[in-house]
Amino acid sequence: MLIVQNLSRPGLEPTSFELAAGECIALRGPSGAGKTLLLRALADLDPSDGEVLLDGTPRSRIPAPQWRRRVGYVPAEPGWWSERLDEHFQDWASQAGPARRLKIASSVAGRRVSQLSTGERQRLALLRALEHRPEVLLLDEPTGPLDDESTAAVEAMLREKQANGLALFWVTHDKRQAERVADRQFWIDRGRLREAVLAEAPQR
Amino acid sequence: MNYIQLDYFDLALAALLLVGVAALSLLLQLRIEKKLLLAGLRCALQLALVGLVLTKLFELVSPWWTGLAALAMVLFAGREIMARQERGFQPLWAYGIGTSAMLMAATLVTVFALTTQVKPEPWYDPRYALPLLGMILGNTMTGIALGLQRLTEGARQQRAGIEALLCLGATRRSALLPVTRQALTTALMPIINSLAATGLVSLPGMMTGQILAGVAPLDAVKYQLMIMFMIAGGTTLGAVTAVFVGLHRLTDNRDRLRLDRLVGE
Repeated sequence: MLIVQNLSRPGLEPTSFELAAGECIALRGPSGAGKTLLLRALADLDPSDGEVLLDGTPRSRIPAPQWRRRVGYVPAEPGWWSERLDEHFQDWASQAGPARRLKIASSVAGRRVSQLSTGERQRLALLRALEHRPEVLLLDEPTGPLDDESTAAVEAMLREKQANGLALFWVTHDKRQAERVADRQFWIDRGRLREAVLAEAPQR
Repeated sequence: MNYIQLDYFDLALAALLLVGVAALSLLLQLRIEKKLLLAGLRCALQLALVGLVLTKLFELVSPWWTGLAALAMVLFAGREIMARQERGFQPLWAYGIGTSAMLMAATLVTVFALTTQVKPEPWYDPRYALPLLGMILGNTMTGIALGLQRLTEGARQQRAGIEALLCLGATRRSALLPVTRQALTTALMPIINSLAATGLVSLPGMMTGQILAGVAPLDAVKYQLMIMFMIAGGTTLGAVTAVFVGLHRLTDNRDRLRLDRLVGE
């Protein structure tokens, strides 16, 4: 589904890999290794060289807004453009069910975005991205600020979406989470990406 | 028209005020006397020079010399816009965007006023063209400088929200619409405020000048109103142009936010 060919930018050496529909690749690496740089390059938020294809179509032939709808990106610290939560969703009412599944208190609806906790914002940003039904989802530490119970809920929901064909590229610092969720694991260090032979990836 | 001419002795009396203030500063050890006297001297020299140049230009009534003087004014104003950007566009870009937007807006509005309302003979008569241009330019310059500064500042501050919108498939125009609005509101605030406060809080300088020169107050008011409308039109035109060109510079054709094109990124 997603084919990456020699994608590079300052701080990221030429990177090539393929991500199939319904597959999940976990990416780990030390801080400053280039994880976020890679995700931003995939989302086309920063200029990069090389080519990325989605279902065989080169990215350059797909208008950028359309590309980002199909290849969603949830950063580690999601941004908000309004203090009203419902303005961030196309249809906030239909989010009640999914929000409950992610253990988000129903009281969030009445609160300002700045009053939400980091963990609530993280899960709401995930719902916001999923609402656009992306084909690929780039996740930067989506459960970083979450407790075990919420983490399990997020993983379960994403596993379900995956079964429906959503491809995941999942940055995590948690080795056990990577083993739980991923079909393949990548390791990145100083801008160099490689597929981790499991024993080779440094233990944490 | 009858008006009371000032001679150099009158001016010297007025200048005594400045000297008095400087003496006060010395007495109170405020240490502003040097700056104050220097600024006063600079002001006197600059105005004397302008007076001489205007005298010459008014004698010539040449479209070329008038145009050259107008161009010089625009270029000086462009430099001012560039200097007022803090961590904004790179200096040459700020200068280019500011100067071209101003050149377009101020020329359009001034020529419109000269050819359809004031109608001097010939229409480019510097006695009318240059003061009109000066007033329009001064205000347009402030509007553009404020608008560009607010645009770059806002894009920096609201980067996360803008990129969140882009990530959900917004175009660069719609992702930056809130910042664009803020920039234009800021750019037009001074002119909107002065439209509202004129006459109540302050008597505009030009109107005051005309009244001192013996023009009937209602005639002076008519002139002032025309100028205010010209200024509002010029500022809006200039600020909208500059902010939209700035918006393009802040983004690229893949709908990315390009803060790396600003100073200090």
